[in-house]
Amino acid sequence: MSSSATAAHDDHRPSLWDWKRWVYSTNHKDIGTMYLIFAIIAGVIGGVMSGLIRWELAEPGLQVFNGGFWGNEHNYNVIVTMHGLIMIFFMVMPAMIGGFGNWFVPLMIGAPDMAFPRMNNVSFWLTVAGFFSLLFSLFVPGGSGPGAGTGWTVYAPLSTSGSVGPAVDFAIFSLHLSGAGSILGATNFITTIFNMRAPGMTLHKMPLFVWSMLVTTFLLLLAVPVLAGALTMLLTDRNFGTTFFDPAGGGDPVMFQHLFWFFGHPEVYILILPGFGMISHIVSTFSKKPVFGYLGMAYAMVAIGFIGFIVWAHHMYTVGMDVNLKAYFVAATMIIAVPTGIKIFSWIATMWGGSISLRTPMLWAIGFIFLFTVGGVTGVVLANAGIDASLHDTYYVVAHFHYVLSLGAVFSIFAGFYYWFEKIWGVKYNSLLAKTQFWLFFIGANVIFFPQHFLGLQGMPRRYVDFADGHTFWNLVSSWGYVIMAAGMIVFFILLIEAAVRRRPAEANPWGEGATTLEWTLSSPPPFHQFNELPRIK
Amino acid sequence: MRFSTVLAALAAFIAFTAAASATVIGIPTDGDLGFQPSATPIMDQIYSFHTLLLIIIFGISLFVLALLVWAMWRYSHKRHPEPKKFSHNMTVEVLWTVVPILILVIIAVPSFRLLYDQDVIPEADFTIKTTGNQWNWTYEYPDHGGFEFVSSMVEDEFLGEHPFVAHRNLTTDVPVVVPVNAVVRMQVTASDVIHSWTIPSFGIKMDGIPGRLNETWFQATREGIFYGQCSEICGIRHAFMPIEVHVVPQEIFDTWVVAAQGDPYGAIDVLTAYYDSLRGDAQLASAR
Repeated sequence: MSSSATAAHDDHRPSLWDWKRWVYSTNHKDIGTMYLIFAIIAGVIGGVMSGLIRWELAEPGLQVFNGGFWGNEHNYNVIVTMHGLIMIFFMVMPAMIGGFGNWFVPLMIGAPDMAFPRMNNVSFWLTVAGFFSLLFSLFVPGGSGPGAGTGWTVYAPLSTSGSVGPAVDFAIFSLHLSGAGSILGATNFITTIFNMRAPGMTLHKMPLFVWSMLVTTFLLLLAVPVLAGALTMLLTDRNFGTTFFDPAGGGDPVMFQHLFWFFGHPEVYILILPGFGMISHIVSTFSKKPVFGYLGMAYAMVAIGFIGFIVWAHHMYTVGMDVNLKAYFVAATMIIAVPTGIKIFSWIATMWGGSISLRTPMLWAIGFIFLFTVGGVTGVVLANAGIDASLHDTYYVVAHFHYVLSLGAVFSIFAGFYYWFEKIWGVKYNSLLAKTQFWLFFIGANVIFFPQHFLGLQGMPRRYVDFADGHTFWNLVSSWGYVIMAAGMIVFFILLIEAAVRRRPAEANPWGEGATTLEWTLSSPPPFHQFNELPRIK
Repeated sequence: MRFSTVLAALAAFIAFTAAASATVIGIPTDGDLGFQPSATPIMDQIYSFHTLLLIIIFGISLFVLALLVWAMWRYSHKRHPEPKKFSHNMTVEVLWTVVPILILVIIAVPSFRLLYDQDVIPEADFTIKTTGNQWNWTYEYPDHGGFEFVSSMVEDEFLGEHPFVAHRNLTTDVPVVVPVNAVVRMQVTASDVIHSWTIPSFGIKMDGIPGRLNETWFQATREGIFYGQCSEICGIRHAFMPIEVHVVPQEIFDTWVVAAQGDPYGAIDVLTAYYDSLRGDAQLASAR
């Protein structure tokens, strides 16, 4: 693309302060930016909630939820529920799929925009509406007090007869809204990826981030409707006298768990797969070496996506399943370790023989690889139904899924955020602040979550507002870890403000020869409309 | 923790270490890194299987860490300015696919043995049925005349009045009593929402689900007091419906059953008397 054409299109960029530019936006980059800002806001709210949890659990007894300003034990359950729902549906998913997906899928495949730009707008505003519905649920009755205190899993009958009042209805409605947004978004991505690749870009030449988005959106399209169905049945059980999950009318509470986890297990891969894609690009860029085993990497993600649909009941080993059924789910679950192992070792092989520079995104990526390995191997432990009798619903599980999500998904989000910082915002970040944030996060997150393995082995159940005295020490350590991580978040906001004030002009490609995907051929930020002449891939 | 609580705990600890058989075994220990002590053959199996897994996962994690650190050092742009361009190597790709499969097979063998040992319920000596309620447990002994009692947590202010050793958030007003070495079939259900019955030292956890009757079993081979806590979120008092099981000699159990058939809530006196006699024996022994 010639530079004069770029300049001409830059002229079409509407003013930053024109509200119509954002509210009516059909531009994939603007929508991506809105998703990112939305995810940061939701992440702060969810993060403050985890602060309340760690404050409560810093000592035995009731510190925070003791009937005072923050309410009672019910409000603790509400905060635990909200923390989970917000971080999953309104932080990680909007950041990865809505934010980076919207920004970089069209750029990486050489497309001018998404296939359905108006639908893209609807997806975003449905997500925002869902978030408001969820926040609204905090202020209406939910049984023992305001808010939905059911856990993010909303198991019946605690979520039906166990929670009287509209709070749970609003929480369910929130998931319906954001779920509809996700389904529309997934349709949009699949259509874009299948139909709008630049000439010459076959599926097997597609960047791995686009591959990861393709698999992710397929998972969304197949899994979210199941959740929607289950939630609809919950709603009718709650409000219209049906008994899908009520044994008194011939229903079965366990049926809800099957439906929920048939969605829920693919959902956790939805949260991590885009991260896999980003990490591949970052490791390759900063090793100045092509991704090792490209096809293996792509099809490992396809395999993980497929296996993700046939392992759901490993979340339910204690509901009283037949032993042969358990044996099947043990075997199927452990197999996931194989494609995941291929990915981990391929990333290391990409580094091997390269010329590695430890820039900020690379630090996050290497942190991701190691911490995701730690979270992965505890997953292998939990896959064994025999051991799960001890560890199910304990802090061991909490430690495991925070290692793969809080230290996996979130680390990959920050890796991607710094990797594309100049591309998105058009300014440079201060790398000393960025590295400070990384180290505070790395140390803080490990201090929070590693001791939780010990608490779990010692039998501390999850979602407990107060614990036995024998769990005191490691809970205190874990709470101090939160303080370290919170300091990291403060550094992050200082970094954002510093970058916004200094406005160091961005380069089109700050990373040099290692960065080979199409977005680096454009200016930073890219023109408002790009690729009017489609690039040709050799 | 308040200083007085520490003192009280310390005093209780000293009093009960003297009476070996009345000691609390199934309880979390502050600062500990592993499982609570085992008291059943199944938990022994879980314990040794977990040790095997721990060796494997530590090995894998350290291997990955070592590779990363080595790559960062050896292939740093300072030491290695010219990157190689390879992106395939069939041998290592086959290796890192096949070796993890072999490791999984090694894990699968003890895993399935444990699973089937756990889930195939042997001939039981008797049955206890428990029903989870918001927020306590109802216990029924159908093979001993079907007496029934409700077991609730002892609130903090009454811990001092409890007839024997008491722990915050763990002690119940009426404990479950079983004889040592007996094979007990546990039936678990619930009356309102889902609860989960567990004793970590026994290696069992079973959800109580309304409309379902779940079964599991244990064979406690050590005498002592064992605690567990409800393990499925069940509402505002989820953290405050503990489980307390006393494993006692057969003759004490028999005495307790007879008393409980009359008054299940008063039968706790049998346990009090038993623990007093143990303490007496211990004091006599030390006096001699």
